[in-house]
Amino acid sequence: MSVTITPLDSFRNDTPYPFCPGCGHGSILDTLNEALGMMKLDPAEVVIVSDIGCAGLSDQYFKTSAFHGLHGRSVTYATGIKLARPELTVVVIMGDGGTGIGGTHLINAARRNAGITVLVFNNLNFGMTGGQHSTTTPEGSITSTTPGGNLEHPLDICATVGVNGAGYVHRGTSFDKDLADRMVDAIRHPGFALLDIWELCTAYFVPMNKLGRKGLDTTIDRLGFEQGVLYEREVVEYSVAYREAAAGLGERRVPVPIPVEFDSGLESSVSIVVAGSAGAKVRSAARLVAESGMRSGLWATLRGDYPVTVKTGHSVTSVVLSPVEIPPVVVGVPDLLVLVSQDGLKKVGGMLAGMGPQQLVVTLPEFAAVETEAQVVVVDPRDWEGRIPKVQLSLMLLTVASIRAGLVPIEALRAASTGPFETENLNAIEAGLALVG
Amino acid sequence: MREFTDGATAIVRGALDAGCSFFAGYPITPASAILMQMMRELPKTGGMAVQGEDEIASIGMCIGATLSGARAMTATSGPGISLYSENIGLAIMGEVPLVIVDVQRLGPSTGAATTVSQGDVQFVRWGTGGGYPIIALAPSTVAESYWLTAKAFELAERFRCPVFLVTDKELAMSLTTVDMAAYPNVAAAERNTGSGGSPYTYEPRDEVFPLHEYGRGEPVRFTGSTHNQDAYLTKDGPTIDALNQHLIAKIEDHRDEIELVEADIDEKATTLILGYGVTGGAVRAAVARARAAGEPMSGAVVQSLWPIPETALGVAMEGVTRVVVPELNPGLYRREIDRIAGGREVVGIERIDGDLISPEQILEVAR
Repeated sequence: MSVTITPLDSFRNDTPYPFCPGCGHGSILDTLNEALGMMKLDPAEVVIVSDIGCAGLSDQYFKTSAFHGLHGRSVTYATGIKLARPELTVVVIMGDGGTGIGGTHLINAARRNAGITVLVFNNLNFGMTGGQHSTTTPEGSITSTTPGGNLEHPLDICATVGVNGAGYVHRGTSFDKDLADRMVDAIRHPGFALLDIWELCTAYFVPMNKLGRKGLDTTIDRLGFEQGVLYEREVVEYSVAYREAAAGLGERRVPVPIPVEFDSGLESSVSIVVAGSAGAKVRSAARLVAESGMRSGLWATLRGDYPVTVKTGHSVTSVVLSPVEIPPVVVGVPDLLVLVSQDGLKKVGGMLAGMGPQQLVVTLPEFAAVETEAQVVVVDPRDWEGRIPKVQLSLMLLTVASIRAGLVPIEALRAASTGPFETENLNAIEAGLALVG
Repeated sequence: MREFTDGATAIVRGALDAGCSFFAGYPITPASAILMQMMRELPKTGGMAVQGEDEIASIGMCIGATLSGARAMTATSGPGISLYSENIGLAIMGEVPLVIVDVQRLGPSTGAATTVSQGDVQFVRWGTGGGYPIIALAPSTVAESYWLTAKAFELAERFRCPVFLVTDKELAMSLTTVDMAAYPNVAAAERNTGSGGSPYTYEPRDEVFPLHEYGRGEPVRFTGSTHNQDAYLTKDGPTIDALNQHLIAKIEDHRDEIELVEADIDEKATTLILGYGVTGGAVRAAVARARAAGEPMSGAVVQSLWPIPETALGVAMEGVTRVVVPELNPGLYRREIDRIAGGREVVGIERIDGDLISPEQILEVAR
């Protein structure tokens, strides 16, 4: 598709600004208009992203594309707009209110360096809602919510985004003669760029604090903040970096079918619970048995129960094998219970108590005296000639259980062992086969 | 051919096959598997997946990306839906196609991260201010997780609105044998974007006009505030009314395009077992067991939770005097069924201890 670019003399439309007399917003917007004109951009390719507050009205006075969103979230929309179509010029207009509520987005946008430009219309208070203090209100300033003077330290926006990786950071006031040039620099910078533009709120902050044009400069000095270009560093724009990082990822993963190569002989569904410790390959052993069932023509479901932590506490996995298709179901009392560790025992006491003589528990010598009506098969790994590491105990016991219950042929277990842990899996299966008795 | 897989994998596959090109999300159990697979798979298709600094950033990026031409999806669990709330309203108001996956876990609050629940079925409906209609689909199997994800993209484009895919910890994370023939063919549809002129239209009030995208040669305006058809803020009563009536009518007047119910009716049955999501599996099993024992029984699994599929459910309820509604919450969907049941007895089975309802538990009530 070819697009004819028609640079405009003015990116402004004919609608007059709605701002109070002396408010800095109109002058900053005129400067933005000047900067866009200097860059001769296609207005359709420029997206002004605004949010809430007086500054949030700004997009309506431009002929460009526009996005008017939620308070403080403009940086998130701008990031999505830029990443999905990197050729767009994306300019965020936000106030000091949005800076406060969306502070985390500013910090993270700086770290991320998506190529967006943020203009902070920083008038040191909430102008639209009645002159309340904001995160940038200087200490001691009077606002409608700090009648005794602001007790909080003002946020140094520039330092915050600057130390966190922002590509270009500038502080100035709406009265700066070079503001349009700095806007051009910011927009041309490939990464995240921010201009902290201090200005006067003539409705509230100015009358309450007797602050004028010179007062902006003296306040910046008093706070120990600096003006000018504060950070400028070479960065790779995020979408460019992303495409480079993605280049080596290869092809999309495709479904891996599991062939039916054996016969199970199972005529009704069997439920198996493996109760062990997290990090001890409980789930992977159960999965192997489930897949061996599938290789034998059965349908399987596998559910896990585990704490929110990863390598500590219990891991209980339920597998149901069935000759017909089944949904994931609750296993109240299993047909087979493989008990591998004390962590597992703590979770399956109720199951053990509910099991009867038709059901089977396969476990290690230390749990031989477990309280249950079920048949208990005790397997001692020390009786095998080889060595069985702890992480292979689940599969060893499951092998014994599978053979005792006639679930799947041993060849199906071996066939399901393939993968990065094939040698370890086969070792556990051979041990189980030798110890089944 | 069969495979052994989970709902999260099927959702990712369904999204990619439906043309999803942008994903942003924040880690949360039990939805993280979708985030991780998207981070790995989406760049391979030329799309982009981003881990946001929080849920608010994630859905915000998705909304922005959609306006730049992407098909966007995000995924979270109940606590994340809370953080999405304000932006869900923005997507409704700004008419942004977007797929939101809610992998439900037990609540309230942080609740139990690794524990199944169906506690968000009213929350997704009413989770943002205003009470305007939303669309929510709910798979009950892995195969449905695949095609209903694709359906969610289709409906999001058709109605220019956020569409929820409501699943849960068990469906997303349990492995199930799936007959691969159960996956229907899914194709990515082209978006009719239009260009130039007003980005919004309110007349005829139920009609949905093409989404205007940035970067297609004409300036495009977007707003989440009450707006006229050119996306400028308005306080004009008739315009506001036309806008809000449009947001209602575009979905409510087209319920027939959204309704999805799998009804399995036995004309001799006096009881209908009605479920959705992971409980749908238990509903099917309970119906099969009753029939195997020679007892007439009807079943219905609702796949489109919102709007309530009143027409299809009305047909399913025609011959019965009693409806049994099992769900993993304090009876949240039952109250909707009660509302449309025409005086039939509606009995709930509610389980909120973090485990699944069994077919036996259903039959104890349904028999």
